[in-house]
Amino acid sequence: MQTATQALEALLREEGDAVLDLWSRELRDTGARLGTGAQTERQQLLAGLLAALQGGAPTDDIQAPAWDELRNRLDQLSRSWAAQGLPAAETTSFLLAFKRPLFEGLQRRLASGAGQTEAVWAVSSLIDRLAQWMLAVYQRSREDIIQRQQQELLELSTPVVKLWDGVLAVPMIGTLDSARTQLVMETLLQRIVETGSALAIIDITGVPTVDTLVAQHLIKTVTAIRLMGADCIISGIRPQIAQTMVHLGIDLQGITTKATLADALAQALRRNGYGVTRSADAA
Amino acid sequence: MERIPILQMGRTLLVTIQVDMQDRTAMALQDDLSTRIEQTGATGVLIDISALEMVDSFIGRMLASISGIAQVLDATTVVVGMRPAVAITLVELGLSLPGVRTALDVEKGMALLAQAARGAVRAR
Repeated sequence: MQTATQALEALLREEGDAVLDLWSRELRDTGARLGTGAQTERQQLLAGLLAALQGGAPTDDIQAPAWDELRNRLDQLSRSWAAQGLPAAETTSFLLAFKRPLFEGLQRRLASGAGQTEAVWAVSSLIDRLAQWMLAVYQRSREDIIQRQQQELLELSTPVVKLWDGVLAVPMIGTLDSARTQLVMETLLQRIVETGSALAIIDITGVPTVDTLVAQHLIKTVTAIRLMGADCIISGIRPQIAQTMVHLGIDLQGITTKATLADALAQALRRNGYGVTRSADAA
Repeated sequence: MERIPILQMGRTLLVTIQVDMQDRTAMALQDDLSTRIEQTGATGVLIDISALEMVDSFIGRMLASISGIAQVLDATTVVVGMRPAVAITLVELGLSLPGVRTALDVEKGMALLAQAARGAVRAR
C-alpha cells in the first residue's frame, strides 16, 4: 500500500503536466461537456491530491483529515456544477477520466507484478471514492435547491392581503395539504394579531378540489380564527365544489360561506356598518 | 399557591392571566370566579389570556366550563387576546370551545360585553 501511495505521489510531482494533458485528452475523447474547459479545476485538483498524499493521507479512507482540503475543493466544484444545472453523470465522469492517465503513469513507473496491480487497484478505488463523494455532494446540493424552491413556493402561495380596514383576505391557490394549511393558519393568525382585524376572508377560488381532508383543514383554520376572537368567511366556492361537498356530507358547521370574494367583501363591509352607493351621475 | 386576581369594573369582572396556569390555579380560579359572580351580581366576565403562552387540554376545558358556569349564573364570558399558537394548539387538541365568546383584545371584548348587556348579541 505504501508503495502505491509513494508511486502516485512521485508521478504527480514529476509528471504533473503530462498527466494533466492526458486527463484533458481523455475528457475530450469521452465527449464530456467539460472537455477542454475546467483546466484550472483540474490543476487545482491535481495539486490538492498531491498535497494530500504528501500530507500522508491514506488512500483507503477519504474521510481522513488529510483529505479535508481536497474534499472541500470537490465540494465547491460539485456545488457550482449542480447550481449550473450540469448532469450528475458529467460531474463524476470528469473525475473518473482522471483514472486512465494515472494508470498509465503507474504502469510506466512500477514493474509489472503484484505491486503494480495493487497500486492500480488502490488508485482506482481512491478515485472511485472521490467520485462517489462528489456525487453525494452534488445530490445534496440539488436537494437543497429543491427544498428551497418548495419553501419559496409555499411562501409565494399564501399571501395575506388587507382588503379594508379590519378585513383580511387570503387567496388560496393550489391543493391544500397539512403543511400548507398550517402555514396559512400561522400567517393569517399572526396578521390578525398584528392588524387587529376582526374579519378574515379565505378565498378558495384557486383550490382545484375539496375533499374531506381539505374541508377538515379549512374547518380547523376557521375554528382557530374564531378562538382568537375574529370571524371568518370562506368565499370562492365553485358550483362543482359545492356539489362535491354536499355529496361527501361535509358540514361546514355554521361557517359563513359566499360564492365570490366580492360577496364576501360586501358582507364584511355591511357588518362593519359601511355601505356602497353608486352616484347618480356616473356614466 | 398563587391565586389569579379578579378585578371588578362596574358589572364586569376582569381576569388577567399572566402566569402559566397550573391545574390547581385553574381550579381555584373557577371557584373564585363563580363565588364572585354570585356576590357581585356581575353580568359580564372578561378573561384576558394574551400573556398565556401554553395551554393544555385541561386549561382549554377549564375555559369552556368557566363560560358554562357563568352562563348558568346569568353572566356572559368573553375570552380575549388568545395568541395564534394557543389557538392552533387548542384546535389540534380538538377543543373548539363552542359557546365561548372570543374577541381580539380587551377593548373589543368590553364592547362585546356591553352589547351583550343590552341583549344585542345572540349566542353563536
